Amino acid sequence: MIKKFVVGLTLNVIAYIIGVVWCLPLIGLLMASVRPYNEIVSGWWNLQEFHITFDNFIKAWYSEPFPLGQGFINSFIVTIPSTLIPLMAGAFAAYGFSRFNFPLRDYFFMMLVVFYAMPLQAIALPVFRILNSLKLLNTFPGLILVHSAWGVSFATIFLRNYFQTLPREVEEAAKVDGASDFQIFFKIIFPMSLPGVISVLILQFSWVWSDFFFALLYIHSPEKYLATQSLVMMGGVYQISWNLLAAGSILVTLVPVIFYALLQKHFIRGMSGWVTGKG
Amino acid sequence: MRNLLSHFFFFSFAIGLLVPFVVYPLYQTVCMSFFENDTFTIKYYSEVMGSPESLNAILHNLIWIIVHLPVSIVLGLLFAVLLQNRRIKGSSIIKAIIFIGMVIPMVVGALLIRFSFERGIGIVPLLFKSLGFTSLDKTWTAYPDTALLSLIIGSIWLWTGFNMIVFSSGLATIPKEYGEAAMVDGASSLQTFFKIIIPLLRPSFLIALLTTFLYELKIFDIVYVATKGGPGDASMVLAVLVYIFAFRDYAIGKATVAAVLLIAICLIPSIEIAKLVTKRA
Repeated sequence: MIKKFVVGLTLNVIAYIIGVVWCLPLIGLLMASVRPYNEIVSGWWNLQEFHITFDNFIKAWYSEPFPLGQGFINSFIVTIPSTLIPLMAGAFAAYGFSRFNFPLRDYFFMMLVVFYAMPLQAIALPVFRILNSLKLLNTFPGLILVHSAWGVSFATIFLRNYFQTLPREVEEAAKVDGASDFQIFFKIIFPMSLPGVISVLILQFSWVWSDFFFALLYIHSPEKYLATQSLVMMGGVYQISWNLLAAGSILVTLVPVIFYALLQKHFIRGMSGWVTGKG
Repeated sequence: MRNLLSHFFFFSFAIGLLVPFVVYPLYQTVCMSFFENDTFTIKYYSEVMGSPESLNAILHNLIWIIVHLPVSIVLGLLFAVLLQNRRIKGSSIIKAIIFIGMVIPMVVGALLIRFSFERGIGIVPLLFKSLGFTSLDKTWTAYPDTALLSLIIGSIWLWTGFNMIVFSSGLATIPKEYGEAAMVDGASSLQTFFKIIIPLLRPSFLIALLTTFLYELKIFDIVYVATKGGPGDASMVLAVLVYIFAFRDYAIGKATVAAVLLIAICLIPSIEIAKLVTKRA
């Protein structure tokens, strides 16, 4: 009895120590974001002087010449279509991969997975030339196209595996009644796959929102900078304004975190589908 | 015929996006690495393979893998096993804390690394100072001997959550009775863990291993934002070198060679993942 209690206590203590240690960088970030600069230069753990202020967030939002507020607007302009376009294109293709039979089907599908696993550098330089010749360099439509194309593989893979797990009875009955593939896709498969669709939505949205590499390569005007770019540029040249950077970091992180938190259940289901092979 | 057309329609959007912006550029990357003004050449390859900066970058990727792969996988596994224990109160909150590294944008992760390793500002130098290692009470990212290490440690912090989730979902599929039966037969917890649980987690290990390996090769944001590969090239990695060759040196040929090297190294784990993902459905 006592032994059991001691083991239980030890496990709890170890778990909490891990939790606290893992949390420390985040606590530091939070502390730096809500305190004035002169209080954090001597270490955020110094609490002799402790004032809470939201100035840093406001300054980061309006900071010149790379205001995070403008970055947020730009990021939303790019991220929303870059999430919806590959989602739709991928859902159609996923239906094809899971419901049609054609030669080399599994090889094409494997190719998509390989694309998905490739580093962005694999396509980045020729894409630069292509965008340039299409006069789409340094434009949102250009960046949206690249993100959409890059996201199609992921959306297709994820949704194909989701569609595979759906029961077939309903659509077979519909087929007997003469329903076309379009009707089956829009009226049966898509509505039944809402959790899978939401998972793709979250993951693709967070991916595009967090992207820095494509933005760095294809967007050059400061007024068009995405949130991640404005954040990186905000630091200051000679003296790093850690309080602004911390506040900006929290703002940029908040968007995907809120997304994950709202739709956490679907996401965990999607992840376990990825991992265990049960979908 | 009609059927064929409607079948094609389902793929048309994906093809329309993938062919011009993924397939063709991929092909072009390889072409550009082999051609100079339409004549075949392996000049760029000999330039890149012979230059110390590329070997240096590849070495750093290798160090990254040697340190990050075992540490993030062992920690991920330990955390998953520990936190599935029902006796721990609030284990889901601790899981969420560890997983948050996966949710925050890599750019923020990079700033967080600089912040945490900066002398007087961050917690890590303070920690080493209070432990008596005064030589490590410095801004880690600013010195050649510690820059790479600080980024690797930071990336372990960011990535372990992924491996933890992989192993957690793996553990969730193992019926409780397996472990209990072994315990009844007199096996110790350690024996049960190594002889029963670990072998059953084989698929999770495979996923964690392949995905982590790819992550280490693709590292860009952390390095570019935190150190730009510096000081000097003390923390340069292959993915950043592609960018440096292309946009600092304007050496597109060399940049595409570095990109092709990166593709080639990523190809084997990518194909293994492709087999796993395709087979299972």
